[in-house]
Amino acid sequence: MSKYVPKLSDLKKNFDEKPSILKGDYASKEWWETPFEFRDGNWCFPAKIDVVEELGFPNPRKWAATDNDWQLPQGWQKIISDGLKLRLKKFRSLKLYLDSCVRCGACADKCHFFLGTGDPKNMPVVRAELIRSVYRNDFTLAEKILKGFSGSRKLTAEVIKEWHMYYHQCTECRRCSVFCPLGIDTAEITMLARELLNLIGVNNNWILAPVANCNRTGNHLGIEPHTFVQNIESLAEDIEDHTGIKVNPTFNRKGAEVLFITPSGDVFGDPGVYTMMGYLLLFHHIGLDYTISTYASEGGNFGLFTSNDMMKKLNAKMYHEAERLKVKWILGGECGHMWRVVHQYMSTMNGPADFLEEPVSPITGTKFSNAVSTKMVHIAEFTADLIYHKKLKLDPKRNDHLKTTFHDSCNVARGMGMFEEPRYILRNVCNSFHEMPENTIREKTFCCGSGSGLNAEEFMEIRMRGGFPRANAVKYVKEKHKVDSLVTICAIDRASLPALMRYWNPGVAVYGLHELVGNALVMHGEKKRTEDLRENPMTGLLDEEKDED
Amino acid sequence: MSFFIVAFLTLLPLIGVKYAGLNYLFGVIIPYFAFSVFIAGFAYRIFDWLKTPLPFRITTTCGQEKSLDWIKQDRLDSPSRFWHVVLRVLAEVFFFRSLFLNTRTELREGGNLVYGSSKWLWIGGLVFHWSLLLIGLHHIRFFFVMVPGFIDALNIADHFLDLTLPSFYITDALVLSALTFLFVRRVYDAKMRLISLPTDYFPLVLIVAIVIAGVFMRYVTKVDVMAIKDQMLRLVNFSFDAPGEIGVLFYVHLFLVCVLAIYFPFSKLMHMGAIFLSPTRILCNNSREKRHVNPWNTPTKFRTYAEYEDDYREKMKKANLPVEKQ
Repeated sequence: MSKYVPKLSDLKKNFDEKPSILKGDYASKEWWETPFEFRDGNWCFPAKIDVVEELGFPNPRKWAATDNDWQLPQGWQKIISDGLKLRLKKFRSLKLYLDSCVRCGACADKCHFFLGTGDPKNMPVVRAELIRSVYRNDFTLAEKILKGFSGSRKLTAEVIKEWHMYYHQCTECRRCSVFCPLGIDTAEITMLARELLNLIGVNNNWILAPVANCNRTGNHLGIEPHTFVQNIESLAEDIEDHTGIKVNPTFNRKGAEVLFITPSGDVFGDPGVYTMMGYLLLFHHIGLDYTISTYASEGGNFGLFTSNDMMKKLNAKMYHEAERLKVKWILGGECGHMWRVVHQYMSTMNGPADFLEEPVSPITGTKFSNAVSTKMVHIAEFTADLIYHKKLKLDPKRNDHLKTTFHDSCNVARGMGMFEEPRYILRNVCNSFHEMPENTIREKTFCCGSGSGLNAEEFMEIRMRGGFPRANAVKYVKEKHKVDSLVTICAIDRASLPALMRYWNPGVAVYGLHELVGNALVMHGEKKRTEDLRENPMTGLLDEEKDED
Repeated sequence: MSFFIVAFLTLLPLIGVKYAGLNYLFGVIIPYFAFSVFIAGFAYRIFDWLKTPLPFRITTTCGQEKSLDWIKQDRLDSPSRFWHVVLRVLAEVFFFRSLFLNTRTELREGGNLVYGSSKWLWIGGLVFHWSLLLIGLHHIRFFFVMVPGFIDALNIADHFLDLTLPSFYITDALVLSALTFLFVRRVYDAKMRLISLPTDYFPLVLIVAIVIAGVFMRYVTKVDVMAIKDQMLRLVNFSFDAPGEIGVLFYVHLFLVCVLAIYFPFSKLMHMGAIFLSPTRILCNNSREKRHVNPWNTPTKFRTYAEYEDDYREKMKKANLPVEKQ
């Protein structure tokens, strides 16, 4: 395991010793008096100089969070204070949420980072107070008079360090906003806080490097066009080996009906590639007229974790490419934050997409009227519609070797509201599906602990702590129903949950939903299937043969 | 600290009226001033929020979105039409629905997290706010020559048993119990104590003091109710005539209400208005169906396909990818 994470036994002891969620003794202390410390495993490496320069972002330099002096630029207080004032004018969310919290505490025990660290500053209410305390001091006159009374404080370098620490221990998952009686969304505050930090060069390489890559090559991983094609073609070869079916994806082809965009993690990362194989099999099965772009080769958008401008800039490629290729509409793969952007921001930022048509499934004729403006359909909506109209030949027995549970990804759950489609698909492609406890799924789902650009190796301790509530719920179904497969529809989940499972629940593997679809599809002209896409034996089929004998 | 501030504030009219004879100040000038500050401040804050744009439709979705015809949409938690949103907000305003659905998380031995329903904050909050509203409505009788009919109905409904004279209002007992609970939970729970600021205790203590002064006037010291009504009617009619002879407790009650009114627009009490304006709750989850317009949508320069092809043309050609320019 990583050197950035304590041994499981040590962490477990930490949870066991004092079975209370809040760790530490805070008698007669205020939250702003509680110390924090950067150490191995709780901070992400800052963006490299060339990355910052490539993006034209301020203050490129070599530094570390453990440094005493962060080499903030001249006049940084004014940059932050002006930046905050500007954003308060542009975002009602920020202004209203800084103004109206009553500190009722409903959110306090809802954050996965708080549940995993016991650190009081990870309570969503305090996370917002980190900036609210400065806002009060700077802005509201009447409260300024009653300074100590309202818990306000000056903007110091120490406060910036604290912001960096705790706005990078928030994955913008919005679980707190579900419980808040005023709907206060800490994600809004975190997003804008990170935007402010970027103005003075307080940044995270795991976010900014993918942003720079995506801008240059079209995808986070920095894959150039020829390599991108090669990789998908090699997946097609694997598919042929397993199934005897030759799938023929096309690239940058003009006049295709549908442009398919998925996170680049599905093209390059394990286990995302198996999900990609599932998509390719599905499209072949139904004879979809689609193309994949090497230019808009990223579904995800780390701009969302950087700044509004950057999110818009990276997202613009989708419509730009759809227009150039003259497709009718766009189909999007499984991803969490990608869908937050597509669903809640894309049309507003880069629309209207008048050059596209209302999405209609060419197979079933279903009009996706819920996407009539954005003209982009989620693959789970698309596939659920296919299954409902019985257009897919599926044999769920082919997934009998898996006992599954489903992890709702935060953004798709709380930033889109898609709960039923993936479950419908899952029930149709496998026979064993068990839900995790009800307070840990659907709109109350727990984050993987690594979302919003925190999936860095050096951040492992916080990731394992933040993922603890999710892992603990998986453990429950693992013990009760022998669940061994965690199914998800998010690329960051597919990248981060395997590490979380290895740490907390060894023996549980992570799957994309369409990987299971790919396993279950009975393809026309296929060779005899005995193994799934990962080359694991399909035991369900063996049982069937025995029955026939 | 909140106790001292409120105690000090209580002493002001006590001394002012009883010993310094400042009846006019406390009975006329301060109420007018407080009322003006409240109205102007409240309106300003609401206006200030309203004029701040809603750049994106960032609905927090707590239920199934509207998608395929055969999938049931959760209209309350994933609203797609205006009236869905109205219901969502009203359910919050009248029933505190989010707090009703609140959970409590505990770490059990063996390192397992367990979740249970948690209704205490919901009950405490709901009882407090509703009682306060009803008590406020009872006060309407002081501001009208003819008491509106529904106030009489409320008066009868609020009676517990006619054991006391005047008969005891249930809401008086409820509001004091709820306030005590809301105060105690902030002190008792380590998490709550840590997140609570003096600005959280102060309004609680202030309202307790207002209620106690009111209860004393009604049941114990008995002030001249008709004199109060006369004075209140004068105030509503914007008259600057001096008040008649009223017990000092009334001035304490009135002064503390004035303090609350002045404090209100500058404080977290503005959540009363904010709940109707919260972007995650008042917006439809239909941003893919109907384009939401951002008033300041900043133009951004992005890397175009042409620039991309210029950089990778040879590599693309080698990989048999179609190119725009040879």
